[in-house]
This record gives sequence, C-alpha cells and structure tokens, in this order.
Amino acid sequence: MRTVTYAEAIRETMSQAMRQDEDVFILGEDIGIYGGAFGVTNGMLEEFGPERVRITPISESAISGCAVGAAMTGMRPILEIQFSDFVMIALDNIVNQAAKTRYMYGGKSKVPLVVRLPGGSGAGFAAQHSQSLEAWMTHVPGLKVVQPSSAYDAKGLLLSAIKDDNPVLFYEHKLLYNVKDEVPEELYEIPLGKAEVKKQGTDITIVATSIMVQRAMEAAEQLEKIGVSVEVIDPRTLVPLDIETIIQSVKKTSRVLVVYEAVKRSGYGAEIASVIAESEAFDYLDAPIKRLGGVATPIPYNPTLEKAAVPQVEDIINECKKIMNL
Amino acid sequence: MVQLLNELGLSREVSHKLLYDMLEIRKFEELVEKLFQQGKVHGTMHLCIGQEATAVGACYALSNKDMITSTHRGHGHSLAKGMQADRMLAELLGKETGYCKGKGGSMHIADLDVGNLGANGIVAAGLPLGVGAALTSKMKNLGYVVLCFFGDGATNEGAFHEALNLASIWDLPIVFFCENNLYAMSASITEMTRVKNIADRSTAYGIEGITIDGNDILQVIQTASAAVEKARNGGGPTLIEAHTYRWKGHSKSDARKYRSREEEQKWKKEHDPITNFIEQLKFANYISEEELQSIQDQVENNLKHALEFAENSPEPSIDSLTEDIYTGEVNV
Repeated sequence: MRTVTYAEAIRETMSQAMRQDEDVFILGEDIGIYGGAFGVTNGMLEEFGPERVRITPISESAISGCAVGAAMTGMRPILEIQFSDFVMIALDNIVNQAAKTRYMYGGKSKVPLVVRLPGGSGAGFAAQHSQSLEAWMTHVPGLKVVQPSSAYDAKGLLLSAIKDDNPVLFYEHKLLYNVKDEVPEELYEIPLGKAEVKKQGTDITIVATSIMVQRAMEAAEQLEKIGVSVEVIDPRTLVPLDIETIIQSVKKTSRVLVVYEAVKRSGYGAEIASVIAESEAFDYLDAPIKRLGGVATPIPYNPTLEKAAVPQVEDIINECKKIMNL
Repeated sequence: MVQLLNELGLSREVSHKLLYDMLEIRKFEELVEKLFQQGKVHGTMHLCIGQEATAVGACYALSNKDMITSTHRGHGHSLAKGMQADRMLAELLGKETGYCKGKGGSMHIADLDVGNLGANGIVAAGLPLGVGAALTSKMKNLGYVVLCFFGDGATNEGAFHEALNLASIWDLPIVFFCENNLYAMSASITEMTRVKNIADRSTAYGIEGITIDGNDILQVIQTASAAVEKARNGGGPTLIEAHTYRWKGHSKSDARKYRSREEEQKWKKEHDPITNFIEQLKFANYISEEELQSIQDQVENNLKHALEFAENSPEPSIDSLTEDIYTGEVNV
C-alpha cells in the first residue's frame, strides 16, 4: 500500500470530505497560499477557492465564535488553530458556547465543528507554542477530544470528527506531521471512542497517547529483547474513552504504565489511571498503577532541556523495568 | 411624526401590534420581577423595562427567516422575535415545557425555530456567533440577515472588535445593534471609554455607524430597516448605537448606587418608549382610548394564561439531567 505522511493524510481527508459535502469548509490563519503554519492545507486554496478555504485575520476569539455560529446554522466548519496554545484565546467560544448550546437550549442546537490543534513539544518552539493541554478540554461535558498517533488513524478519526454532529477537538502532534504510514486513498472512518491495541503483549500494558504511542512502541521493542512482553494501547480518543479495551488489557497483564506528554499533574493519564483503579482490573494488579508524564515546567527552549521535560523512550523503558522489578 | 408613520408604511393595525409587543414585554418583565420576589424564579434575572422600543423596533425590521443573537438581558428580544410568553415563563420557572426544557433559564433562553440563536451569559459572545450565522447565510445563499443585540459594556470586549472586523472584511449580512443603556452593570460607559459615541467605533472597521434615540420606536424601525436592507443586498454590516435606559437594576441585587434617583426619574418621565409611542399614535389619530384599553387587556389576559400554563407545567424529570449533552449515543 502507498505511504503518506500524517499531514498529507489530514489534508487528503479534509479535501475528500469537502468534495463530498458542500457544507464542509475550513477557516483559519494563513491557511491559503501559505498552506498553514505546518503546510497541512497546502494546495487546498487552489482547489477549493477562498470561499471554502477561508483565510482569517489573527482573531481567535472571532473566528472560533464564527465557526460555532456557522455550525449552529447548518455548516460543518473545520477551524485550524495555528498552534494549539492559541486556543486559549478561543476558549470562551469552545467551552461556554459550543460545548453547551445543545444542553442549554434543551436539545435543539447542534454544533458539528472540528477544531484542529497542532500540539506538543519537541520542535523548539518553547513555552507558548509547545503545550499539551488536551486534558483541559476533556473536563468539559459536550466536547469530544481526539488525539491521533499515526497517519492512518488521523485519516479515519478526522473523517469521523467531520461527520460528528458534536464539537470535536482534534489534537495533532507537530512531530508526527512528517511521519509516514500506510494509508488507503479512499475515505474510511475510525469510530470515536474505540481504542486500538497497537501491539499485543502479556507482561505489562502501556497506555500511551499521541507521540507517546511511537515512543512506547520503541520501548516495547527494546523490552522484548530482555524478555518483557509489552502490550501497547492507544485510546485514540480521550472523550469518549474506550475504557473496556484498557481494562481487558490490564486484567491480562496485571501491570500498567500510562504515558503522556502533558504535565503529569492532572494530565489525562490521571483519569486513565483512576478509571483502571475503579474497575474490576484493580483486583488483577500485581503492581501499583504508574503514570509517566511531562515534568511540571513550562516547555524550555534549550533542546536538551526540552527533551528532558517530556517522557522519552529511555524513560518508558526504565519505568517499565521498575514496575517489573527488573 | 404622522409623516414618519406613513414613510415607514405603518398602518394602524401594525402600529397597534408594535404597541402590543412593547406592552407585552413591559408586563412580562413586571410579572417576572413579581415571580422572583415570590421565590418562584430562582437564580437571577435581568429585566429590560425601559428598553422595549429597541427590541420591538429592531425585530420589526427583520423577516421571519432572519436571525438574532441576544444578551443576558434577553426577554424582550425573545418576545419581539416571536417567542411565546407561556413557554418563556415556563422556562423561567424551570419547567419541562419551557423553551429549553428548564435547563437554560433566563440567561440561555433561545428558540432556533424563530431565529433566536440565544440569550448569552457571556458579554459580547453573541457577536462572533452572529458573524458565523451570517457566514452560513452568505455561503449557502440563504438570503437571511443576522441582527446582534448587545449592550454598551460589550463594546469593550475583544470579541466585539474582532467580530466587527471579520464581518466587515467578509461583507457579511449582519447588523450590530448596540443598546447603549449607559451602564454596564455599575460601570458608566462615559468612564469606560474615551470614545464619545459607540457608533464611532465603526470607523475602525470601515463600516457605517449610526447613533439614534433607542426609545423612539419609529427611529429604531427606520434605522434598523435600512441597515437590514443594506445587509441583505450585499452592502455588509452596520453598527447602530441606540440610546436607551434600563429602569431596573442590573439584576436582583443591585442597589443602584452608581446613579441618581433624579436621573432615573428623568428617563422614566421624559423617555418612556411606550408612553411616548402612545402619545405619538394619539397625535396621529392612530389609536382611540378604547383601542388602547383593549390592547392593554389583551396583554394582561395573554400573560395570565401564560402564567397558568407555566405554573401548571411539570418539572423536568431527573433523567433529563444527562440528556442533550451530546447528539447521538455517546458513552462518556
């Protein structure tokens, strides 16, 4: 099968969805001739024109509210927020409006909106362009939160997000944009709320999200060499969360490490750990549930410091060894 | 005045309807205040007594398919856009039959079926939403116009400025309608901006800005109609600043220390939009004492039935607590 990058998969999905459905359009900053800050929308202006590839002023408050208003009245907008950090300027519209109108209006409104958010560290953008704040969004009833870890998943999850009648926050990872994967050309959907067992194993479960799935897979490969069989699970969507797949895995392996890039304290991994602790899997545990997350610090500029701020492959290996008493 | 009635093409019947609508808002608000004092409306409420002409006049300029966005002080806008007093009162009493099944209340009252995209608890939040609704109209060629109501306080929010700019560069079919009632809660607009007229802020976005007497319904109709027509014909947005005054406090717990009783009396005596309109109609021989009495009776009667409906309506079931958070089946 052909391979395409994560960025190409996202672009292709948007383009195919826009060809299929006239109500789908994209808006955001520099998404036209520039192709977006990460080149994700390259060539889309040329195909769809400025009405449907709508270049906006640097007005996150207005463009997010505009996207919500358009969604409430029959469009299916995709809003590109240039860096996920900038969503803070748009949060009123996402948290106070998009997430709640359906409930507040007694079920009358729907908001079929996708907000695309390039997140994560590792690209040298420092503290205001590198955060992983997806856990904030998972706290808000009414929102769905998606974090694809591969080009294949990005395509299937994005189509589901576009077709969903609820507001979906779609967290992309900057370091994944150029990573290739086998991706079918035709459209396909991966349902929101379905985790994937990325690798089967019997000794320990690693639940990892976004770029940490890659690192967990690398760690698993090395751990296999010393005889540790690792199962890697990617929830793929944080809300809704496929609790069942995680619990079944933990019941099988009896050990679990939750790995995420966001600051460990109050990150989404805390939710995953709690869900496991509250479940029947608790009785199967042979070791405490462990979390490996980012250091509680703003993301620093210096490359060595930046790397030290979030879990790396070595950290995952070491943590697994500790859990395994190796 | 007679000339303006003629110019606007307002028949006796239409003028009576306008008067009915304004009286309905006033009596509705008086009733809500009473219900609040009786402990039947909980939380808070923001009454628009004294501002009836802006709501009724601006909505008169709209067709049924046009839309509005409203504010925390939104009862008048909702009634003027065609929402019914019975289901509104039911919502304020938290009943299942309310417009939002009792889950929105005063600050989130909405009815998309009549084109009301909703009251809003966040100041200025309706403007970007309205811009989005106007974008839909333009992209799908639906021909409707959006009118955003907001107060003077909203014009110091970033969302106001960003929304006006966005609507301007995209030539959207939208009217920004500022009800300048002089106070954002307790803050006098004269102390919160150095700009003399809020309408002047339109120049920063290359759109037309107009200041009018918002307590003169005929002026409101004239100005709003022109702006709506311009928007519908592709002429882009207009900022209308309508001067008005809220007679009551900001909300339930407002001792109104920031303004004088003399100032309040002056507005009530000299600028009551309803009394003034009745005088105009009498002067133009558009209404008799009997007709006036009949309109007042109809309003009272309608509200009496509306209250009965609301009070006799059931409470929402506990099961409804987690309904309508998402569309479709979502296991979260």
